[in-house]
Amino acid sequence: MTTMTDPPGQGFRLSQLIYDTRYRSLTIQVVAMVLLMLLFSWLVSNTIHNLQNLGKDFDFGFLTQPSGYDINQRLIEYNSQMTHGRAALVGILNTILVAFLGCALATVLGVVAGVLRLSNNWLVSRLMSVYVEGFRNVPLLLWIVLIFALMTESTPAPRAFRGDDATASMLFDAIAVTNRGVYTPAIHFGTPFFANGFFNWLVVILVLGASLYAIRRLHHWATERQEATGDRPTTWYFTLGLLILPTAILMVLMSAYLNLPELKGFNFGGGIHLRNSLIALWLALSLYTGAFIAEIVRGGILAVSKGQTEAAYALGLRPSTTMNLVILPQALRVIIPPLISQFLNLTKNSSLAIAVGYMDVRSTLGGITINQTGRELEGMLLLGLFYLVLSLLISGAMNIYNASVKLKER
Amino acid sequence: MSEVHAQTVAYVRDTMLDQREPPLSQSGAYKWIHENLLSSWVNVVLTVASLWVIWAVLSHVVPWAALGIWSADSLAQCREIRDQIYGADASVACWAVIGERWNQLLFGFYPTELYWRPILAFVLFLVAIAPVLFASLPRKMLWFTLAAPFVLFWLIWGGAIWTPIVVALGFVIGWAVVTFAGPAIGALGGVVLAIVAPLLYWLLVAGPLADALATVLPIGLEPVKSNEIGGFMLATIIGVSGIILSLPLGIVLALGRQSDLFLINKCSVIFIEVIRGVPLIVWLFTASLLLNYFLPPGTNFDLMLRVIIMVTLFSSAYIAEVVRGGLAALPKGQYEAADALGLDYWKSMRLIILPQALKISIPGIVNTFIGLFKDTTLVVFIGLLDPIGLSNAIRASTQWNGIYWELFVFIGLCFFVFCFSMGRYSLFLEKKLRREHR
Repeated sequence: MTTMTDPPGQGFRLSQLIYDTRYRSLTIQVVAMVLLMLLFSWLVSNTIHNLQNLGKDFDFGFLTQPSGYDINQRLIEYNSQMTHGRAALVGILNTILVAFLGCALATVLGVVAGVLRLSNNWLVSRLMSVYVEGFRNVPLLLWIVLIFALMTESTPAPRAFRGDDATASMLFDAIAVTNRGVYTPAIHFGTPFFANGFFNWLVVILVLGASLYAIRRLHHWATERQEATGDRPTTWYFTLGLLILPTAILMVLMSAYLNLPELKGFNFGGGIHLRNSLIALWLALSLYTGAFIAEIVRGGILAVSKGQTEAAYALGLRPSTTMNLVILPQALRVIIPPLISQFLNLTKNSSLAIAVGYMDVRSTLGGITINQTGRELEGMLLLGLFYLVLSLLISGAMNIYNASVKLKER
Repeated sequence: MSEVHAQTVAYVRDTMLDQREPPLSQSGAYKWIHENLLSSWVNVVLTVASLWVIWAVLSHVVPWAALGIWSADSLAQCREIRDQIYGADASVACWAVIGERWNQLLFGFYPTELYWRPILAFVLFLVAIAPVLFASLPRKMLWFTLAAPFVLFWLIWGGAIWTPIVVALGFVIGWAVVTFAGPAIGALGGVVLAIVAPLLYWLLVAGPLADALATVLPIGLEPVKSNEIGGFMLATIIGVSGIILSLPLGIVLALGRQSDLFLINKCSVIFIEVIRGVPLIVWLFTASLLLNYFLPPGTNFDLMLRVIIMVTLFSSAYIAEVVRGGLAALPKGQYEAADALGLDYWKSMRLIILPQALKISIPGIVNTFIGLFKDTTLVVFIGLLDPIGLSNAIRASTQWNGIYWELFVFIGLCFFVFCFSMGRYSLFLEKKLRREHR
């Protein structure tokens, strides 16, 4: 018995490449591949020709040459004798600084505004709607220049703080808001462990981290104890002690003291000087992104059905426990993914620093360095790569966190 | 029993009483205020705090704005008038700058005697976009919508009328190839020919044909250069072109990212991720600094066109991600049902998948459009005169040196009106397209 399903044996025909679905996808991909290669080779050959015509080459050597320009806002040592590469690093750190500060403040603002927008209080929820709609519908650039103008035009000059008839005064005698920036107290060490200030702070952060880890272990132990015996041991004074004592002892050992800003000559000296450019950029980024985060938080809380709250109350949980153990874990699952993309947006939007003259990586590597060396191609390539890597890093880190709060399905 | 009852109960009411008013605490303004503003001590604190915030803001802004001076030629004159009326230390707005620079804020440096052209173009644009936005309008208006891009281009940039007509002819050629030659040479061949024929026509025939027609019949408007266009006109042109061009590109990219074809899939993923990973401002600098490196030596085309291309590519990557979300949200049964009906890929996408996926993604798409429109302000950094750039230029003039808030408030309000109404339209569309019962 022969089966009739086999077609009569025919050789492979060329038309099968187009009409046979088994081969068609291959054909399309090969054609696309060829077209893509052609496009690329065309672009590359154009670039090579253009570079030749301009008498330029493709070389990253400029990164090791002296930069010759100053950067007023910096986290690490830098002067105009150092290399373009060092200038780029200063810019990168500045970008990361403003992105980090912005993400932190935007999250706080967004969560507060999002929760308040759901408040029963009519006035508060309307006020938050005005905030959210106002910031979401006006370009970020306008907010940045507006807040910058507010900081420079409406704040007193340092000389207004002088004398007995001073028209301006410092907040708590410690913080001065002037048109040249905000001066805040700084913590200095009298007997530091290291000559380099950075390592001292690293030690402080390490000790603080160890304290936090110990507190976590303590809570873990308390929970285990509770599960075994039914009684939860009282731990709050241990927690408090663990949090404060090690860092305090370290501070005393290094004899830390507050360095307050004070008027010297025509300007303030001492303390930390936060330039208006940084503050305007930071506030504008945070307020703008906070409005978006508020909507995300609101949506996340609304996405948890009311039955969950009612079920938790029926089990006898208190409102605070309900929020912590029932509502938030479910809302976070909805909130985290769009929150990540808002953090990414904030980081990328920090490139608007150009509007206020904050020296981020786009202004150093992508601005002055390109103008001075004429290396547009290399500079823009590095700049793009930096942002790409930063974006991928942030989304990678947040995705790991996202996976940990994700619904564990069987 | 009833007798006993009658004896024990002294009085039985036999008529209904009229309904009484609810107690004062349960009705009207009192109840509303109690429930919405003062229900607990936390609420009382919040209410007082918000009242304080509202008072703090309004007490500064309202007198400043309401007492503003509307007629003056310069900031100095504004201040003189203020000194006369309110005294020297009063803080009032100088709205005169908006009246005096109104045309500049709207049109940039577009020739004054030609203002009727962008105004007419804007009206025609509204007419063209109306049938797309509101389904209740007659469908015949869509023919004008198709012709509108060419008419608007001609009105704004001027030049010979033949250029847009000749370019439009390319699309007609493509359409004709699909309709008439398609059945004869098969669908795939038809599509390929419909892409190749207009391309060849545009590259080889269109230029000489337009020149020849222009010499024979010199009909045209006075040409206007791109760098004369500025203000809200520039923002609108870049925003609208970006919106219209990025939607189809974004959909294609989303389909590419969902595709089974390995190469197409990977290319789409790389394109989308690279574009999204880098800020728009870097792309704009790339457009202004680097694009000439990638093109054949000697090519130099309009900065505004380069910006439009970059903005389009940028927002199409974002739209692709939004549409991909919509595609992923569709139940798998929809794809299988389309296959079971025997539809080929494009038909199943066009008739079954995309209408549903796009409906889901409307809020995201409109949000991307709002973002794109707001991002048009970034072109100020590469030297185009958008509203913020113009506000800098106005401040640099001797008359208006030192004016900040009035211009910022005006520009911000204009953007707010545009973006807020786009958001409202998206809500309207969502409601209209909602099919399931709620």
